[in-house]
Amino acid sequence: MSGVSRQLVFEKIAHLVLALIAAIAVAPVIGIIIFLFIKGGPALTPEFLTSMPTNGMKAGGIFPAIVGTLYLVLGTIVFAVPVGTLAAVYLTEYATQGRLTRYIRLAIANMAGVPSVVYGLFGLGLFVLLLQMGTSLLAGSLTLGLLVLPVVITAAEEALLAVPQSFRQASLALGATRWQTIRRVVLPNAIPGIITGTVLAVGRAAGETAAIMFTVAAFFLPTLPDSPFSQAMALPYHLYTISTQVPGMPEEIKWGTALVLLLLVLSFTLTAAVVRARFRRKRRW
Amino acid sequence: MRTAQKIKEVLIGKLILACGVLSIAVVVLIFVFLLRDAFSLFDSYPLIDFITGRNWYPISEPPVFGILPLVLGSLLVTAIAILLAIPLGVGTAIYIAEVAPGWLKEILKPLMEIVAAIPSVVLAFIGLTLLAPYLQGLLDLNTGLTALTGGIMLAFMALPTIVSIAEDAINAVPRSYREGSLAMGATRWQTTGRVVVPAAMSGISASVMLGIGRAIGETMVVLMVTGNAAVMPTSADSVLKPVRTLTGTIAQEMGEAVFNGPHYFALFAIGLVLFVITFAVNWIADLVLYRYREGE
Repeated sequence: MSGVSRQLVFEKIAHLVLALIAAIAVAPVIGIIIFLFIKGGPALTPEFLTSMPTNGMKAGGIFPAIVGTLYLVLGTIVFAVPVGTLAAVYLTEYATQGRLTRYIRLAIANMAGVPSVVYGLFGLGLFVLLLQMGTSLLAGSLTLGLLVLPVVITAAEEALLAVPQSFRQASLALGATRWQTIRRVVLPNAIPGIITGTVLAVGRAAGETAAIMFTVAAFFLPTLPDSPFSQAMALPYHLYTISTQVPGMPEEIKWGTALVLLLLVLSFTLTAAVVRARFRRKRRW
Repeated sequence: MRTAQKIKEVLIGKLILACGVLSIAVVVLIFVFLLRDAFSLFDSYPLIDFITGRNWYPISEPPVFGILPLVLGSLLVTAIAILLAIPLGVGTAIYIAEVAPGWLKEILKPLMEIVAAIPSVVLAFIGLTLLAPYLQGLLDLNTGLTALTGGIMLAFMALPTIVSIAEDAINAVPRSYREGSLAMGATRWQTTGRVVVPAAMSGISASVMLGIGRAIGETMVVLMVTGNAAVMPTSADSVLKPVRTLTGTIAQEMGEAVFNGPHYFALFAIGLVLFVITFAVNWIADLVLYRYREGE
């Protein structure tokens, strides 16, 4: 065989090996989703989603955990979206490319890398204990808000950068101030990107466990939370406790809870992807 | 411009600046908080014993807070994860960027995004209910909750980070490099292996660093599938035995630790160790990525 054709055979083999590697990398996720649907699907009845757990969690539904997670997510975005968006406004509209900007970017990169359990410790030390919020929805939401801040900032920044410079110049030339330009011209054009970031942050917050363990989550509560200072049950923590701390837990409830959490989080991820895709297609400039 | 409006502009500018620097403040605050509580421990418990102690008995009398087994546990699980994730992640990235046809990319990339989106507690649950019993049967172990089980799950979780950043790095290699190589008569594979991948190496190493950071900091998976035995993982078969990690210890014990007691402070000290490790890993990755962006 000549050198060239040997090289081509070698290339075919190499590409085949790479394809195999890629297949091994993505096969588990397909398997996991199929398994969750098969084993958790039968548990997904309306009663399961809308009733309280009974008999020490071994029967009944997961309603309070769903409600708790929705409250937590709401609290998280109420804090993280305005703050994160304004931080992105600072980076794109106000900051000069100096040392401060470089430090801010380094800090954001590091916030994204801090383990969630460390956020949990920090939330416990600052919000729960020092600021005396107690184990509460408020403390949990603020902790999660910090945790998702890098996600919001990064998405908002990308959206703001995509607004053409000429829009700003036109607005300023008409006599608008810097803030008027940002509020009436730049931000409205960046809304889809900001929504994408928000939805991604929601997905992240909804699935987070370690950060809420010591700041808000309760093993079981007989009633729904009624104020920001209430403790709450939450889906991820519920899945953790029923799969590790409750002996004799029916398999179906565990798989059902895992499936509900997965569907909730994936629905947010999918929404973000759709918003992003539509935004890219509809952009007129 | 009216004065009221001028004042409003200035105030809003200040508010925006405050939000901008908040991230710096948060990182510093986290560090200060961890440091403060960690030092409360070192007032009564020698730092050297904390770092080099081979025993972790937090509730014995007197308590012993040696984190060496936990550090080694974290390193072992992370090492297993990264040994599996590097070939899988970098291979997948090369495949997506250089080999796969367009339609296949459109399937592979969203699948990776789904992996990144799955909550860690769901993956931990899968590891606990499917992988652990499977490995236990396959390898004839006393328990399926081992360092290997944790490592496999963490490898899977680190994949999306490695694939997406390594793929970006490969895509960022200028077209002219490829064209030059092909024009010299190199095959596609020679071009990929000898020109494109070496040119993307700094980005690929950054992706691996970030993958390591992700694996060291992950909590729920190691908490639920590594068995949480605080023993020194130094024997030959430690890979197939339960281990306990830094993150798992905090998650497991914080609920029981008495507020402002030695145990509480010791867990914050572990948090500090974790913070320093992940900060260093991310910082190095950032430096590498920054240099390579500058080089473009």
